[in-house]
Amino acid sequence: MSFPEFTGSKVPTGPGKILYMNPALALLLVAAAGLGFLMLYSVAGGSVTPWAAPQMKRFALGVAVMFAVAMVPIWFWRNVAGIAYAVSILLLVLVELVGTVGMGAQRWIDLGFMRLQPSEFTKLTMVMLLAAYYDRLDIQKTSRPLWVAVPAVLILLPTFLVLRQPDLGTSILLVLGGAMMMFLAGVHWGYFAALGAGGGGLAALAIFLRGTEWQLLKDYQYLRIDAYLNPESDPHGSGYHIIQSKIALGSGGWTGRGLMQGSQSRLNFLPEKHTDFIFTTLAEELGFIGASSLLALYSLIIFYCIVSALRTRDRFSSMLILGFSATFFLFFAVNISMVTGLMPVVGVPLPFISYGGSAMLMLMIGFGLVQSAHIHRPRNRI
Amino acid sequence: MTLIAGQADDSSRTITRRGLILGAAQLGFVGLLGLRIRHMQIEQVEEFRLLADENRIDIRLVQPARGLVFDRNGVPLVKNEQNYGIVLIRADVDDLESVLSRIARIVDLTPEETERALREISKSNPSIPVTVADRLTWDEFAEVAANSPALPGVRPDVTLSRSYLLDLDFAHVLGYVGPVSDYDMTKGYLSNDSDPLLQIPRFQVGKTGVEARMERLLRGRAGLRREEVNATGRVMRQLGEQASQPGAEVQLTVDSKLQNYVQVRLEEESASAVVMDIGSGDILALGSAPSFDPNKFVRGISVADWNALTTNEFRPLANKAVQGVYPPGSTFKMVTALAALHEGAITPSQEVRCNGYTEVSGRRFHCWLGHGHGDTDLLSSLTESCDVYYYDISARVGIEKIASMARRLGFGQRFDVPLSAVHQGLMPDRSWKLRNRRADWVVGDTLNAGIGQGFVLSSPLQLAVMTARLASGKSVTPRLIKSIDGREEPVPEWEDLGLDPAHLQLVREGMIDVVNSRKGTAYGSRILNEEMRMAGKTGTSQIRSITEAERKNGIISNEDLPWDRRDHALFVCYAPHDVPKIACSVVVEHGGGGSLAAAPIARDIVLQALYGGTPPLSAYPENQRGTIETRQRELKLRDPAILTQRRSRA
Repeated sequence: MSFPEFTGSKVPTGPGKILYMNPALALLLVAAAGLGFLMLYSVAGGSVTPWAAPQMKRFALGVAVMFAVAMVPIWFWRNVAGIAYAVSILLLVLVELVGTVGMGAQRWIDLGFMRLQPSEFTKLTMVMLLAAYYDRLDIQKTSRPLWVAVPAVLILLPTFLVLRQPDLGTSILLVLGGAMMMFLAGVHWGYFAALGAGGGGLAALAIFLRGTEWQLLKDYQYLRIDAYLNPESDPHGSGYHIIQSKIALGSGGWTGRGLMQGSQSRLNFLPEKHTDFIFTTLAEELGFIGASSLLALYSLIIFYCIVSALRTRDRFSSMLILGFSATFFLFFAVNISMVTGLMPVVGVPLPFISYGGSAMLMLMIGFGLVQSAHIHRPRNRI
Repeated sequence: MTLIAGQADDSSRTITRRGLILGAAQLGFVGLLGLRIRHMQIEQVEEFRLLADENRIDIRLVQPARGLVFDRNGVPLVKNEQNYGIVLIRADVDDLESVLSRIARIVDLTPEETERALREISKSNPSIPVTVADRLTWDEFAEVAANSPALPGVRPDVTLSRSYLLDLDFAHVLGYVGPVSDYDMTKGYLSNDSDPLLQIPRFQVGKTGVEARMERLLRGRAGLRREEVNATGRVMRQLGEQASQPGAEVQLTVDSKLQNYVQVRLEEESASAVVMDIGSGDILALGSAPSFDPNKFVRGISVADWNALTTNEFRPLANKAVQGVYPPGSTFKMVTALAALHEGAITPSQEVRCNGYTEVSGRRFHCWLGHGHGDTDLLSSLTESCDVYYYDISARVGIEKIASMARRLGFGQRFDVPLSAVHQGLMPDRSWKLRNRRADWVVGDTLNAGIGQGFVLSSPLQLAVMTARLASGKSVTPRLIKSIDGREEPVPEWEDLGLDPAHLQLVREGMIDVVNSRKGTAYGSRILNEEMRMAGKTGTSQIRSITEAERKNGIISNEDLPWDRRDHALFVCYAPHDVPKIACSVVVEHGGGGSLAAAPIARDIVLQALYGGTPPLSAYPENQRGTIETRQRELKLRDPAILTQRRSRA
């Protein structure tokens, strides 16, 4: 569809169109972020420094960005999808060349006022580009090998660059997010069966080639997988994080230990307690009630996205919303699976809760796009 | 892009269907996560809470204060002193080298101490405090505390450490404490002790003497402190404490004032002395000279001091009063005499002719008096210490009877006093020689044993016990512990020795004459005060055999021999002679004759004990008063104010 197609129905215009956004979704985001501030306040021992206050500022900036993105018509975003994707690929290459090494991985570019983590934005631009691609693609061709190969390359290119940083968590999110986009677009089931088989084969190869010159993963990544498979085998070494994380989470009970009362996080038994492992602190201090409330918040966010996607007849809009909500789902699903010991430890932050600027900004831009699609949905009456 | 009718509908149907599938899958996965979390948080919560508590709660031992020791009058002999030290926590130190050098600017740190500290730091958990320096002065301690901002990871630390208030006087009785060693734990006396306190690095345990033998009582019981620790092991806060139980208060039978006198009186010699209360068996003093300062051991003795102690031929570290054993010599003659009387082998008036020697199976046995004592009866045999008389009666009684009488009087018996290396001595008999020397007992062995030479060995403690038993006729046994935690140890009702009182009386008369008769070997050491006269027996134990050739050319006198070849001088006594209260034995190693080297010391000690302080000169014979006065003046006794302090009981 292009702009003239929208003109057939009515589309809100002018500053007043902000009223056509999805207010429930916006409120849910604020609620999730609020829970995040509370947890950052708690892990700092009852202090807004060093984490809660900067996070609030970022969220405020994020809200502004979200509204700005939401006010721009969705067709504009569709038209710039290709450029956005190209820019993020360039930034990934730039990271490769000049990036700062943090935590053993080369992930961000220091812009002076903030550290830019291009891999976060790639998640978004990839979803945008794939949505635009399938919007343009003749629906009959969706499952033809050539037209399957094109998006596959578009997915694998950034994945490869991110894997080189190395950032296993983000590359898994990119592959899964891209695969979900292709699934939504209606690519034949057979491809996914083949992908599953291929992934299994790759995993087998990764295990088989371990210790040789051609090993596919870094040593620390292998160690994390070992620790996942049997954390108790090395409780003070590679299994330490998983064991401590499970202890923190498990000791929460129904109502938790209370804010700032979680012994595991307060006494530093938890690793990365303000970033990737913050869910364990939340579960330890707020208990099952707190943990399931967060899951409910996330589920509601996804529910509103799906509803919004299904109500628009614009293919780009619904692809974008569903793709982005799938990426959002992958974020917290991978993070929580990791800290509950269902998955090996990979560096994925918990959306809206973990301390971090790039992820927050990416999420707010993403939800800005969702709102933009929601606002600029053709309506029968205004 | 051309719009084909129906395509848009088709595409949105696909998106709708697949979007719903994906949404359902996502919500299903969220449900799975919820179940997983529920399983961990609700069903396994107890298990994980336990693990969390194990993580955060550290149980640490609280060291108890070691039990104090007092003398029989309640004078404190030890105290637990505050020891100011500094500890270092490696985890809090960035630059170990520079911190150590900054510490060294405030306190004296020898290179050895620095090295030991570095070794312990590298060995232990970085969050466990390691002692870098201890026994600081208050000023040094205060300066370290004041400089603490400049010394990250360094903390002032106050511990209790043992201090021996009467240092030299009680070195052998109390012994000393030191850090528990691997040897103590594996092979030493603590090998069956499972007290967790012993696992504390450098925990102080008794090494010798009462400190070691009463270790279990003195140590006390550990308290427990529950602390919350963080992931690196640092203590965040206290959760609770179960107080430690201090060690028992032990009161000794020793009189510290008399002990001080004995120790000072002996100090010039390599000698030992024991004073016993005859009625109770209480050891009133147990001296061994030369002595040493046990406080040096607590602080960690220097190599130079250690070498000085171990190379000294007077063996300062040995407690000669219980671990030194000597041939009793003539002090044994009462035993032989009693054995002969008991067996009816002699009557008191029966005489033996002493010509200076006797011949048995072709060997000559000499009397100490070359020309002989002439006709000698029981009384004069003791008074003048005639050897030939005892050769004669020993041969008649036989070794088995002599040995049996000796054991009845305490020879060859290990007394259960809480001191280190208490020696059993040796009372030989036929089976002993067969077992240990693979040879038959010959009559010559009996003759030697009869005058306390040959194989017979006894400690000064055993000699004191013998004397107390002779004086009382009862099987008095030495006691060193008067009370524990205020509960008096009961004095047993001593059993009668089963000896004819008349026989005992005969021997006692002989002992009275030894000191009080003009012919007695210890007449020079008599006491003039009627109520305090003592009864005693001299002994001179030969440690070398004198050859026939030497006898012809004249026996080399003790003064002309090197120190370690001279005879041991012995003296045993009890006093007052009519109502015996105390028994005393003195052994001066290589001191020469008992009458000259040992008896005067014993008299001074006995007078000191009976008077409860320095005796008046009138107790001494007139012609000796000048020398005695000089000596009394020169002895460096401890300030009586220290020895009359009494414990303050709560």
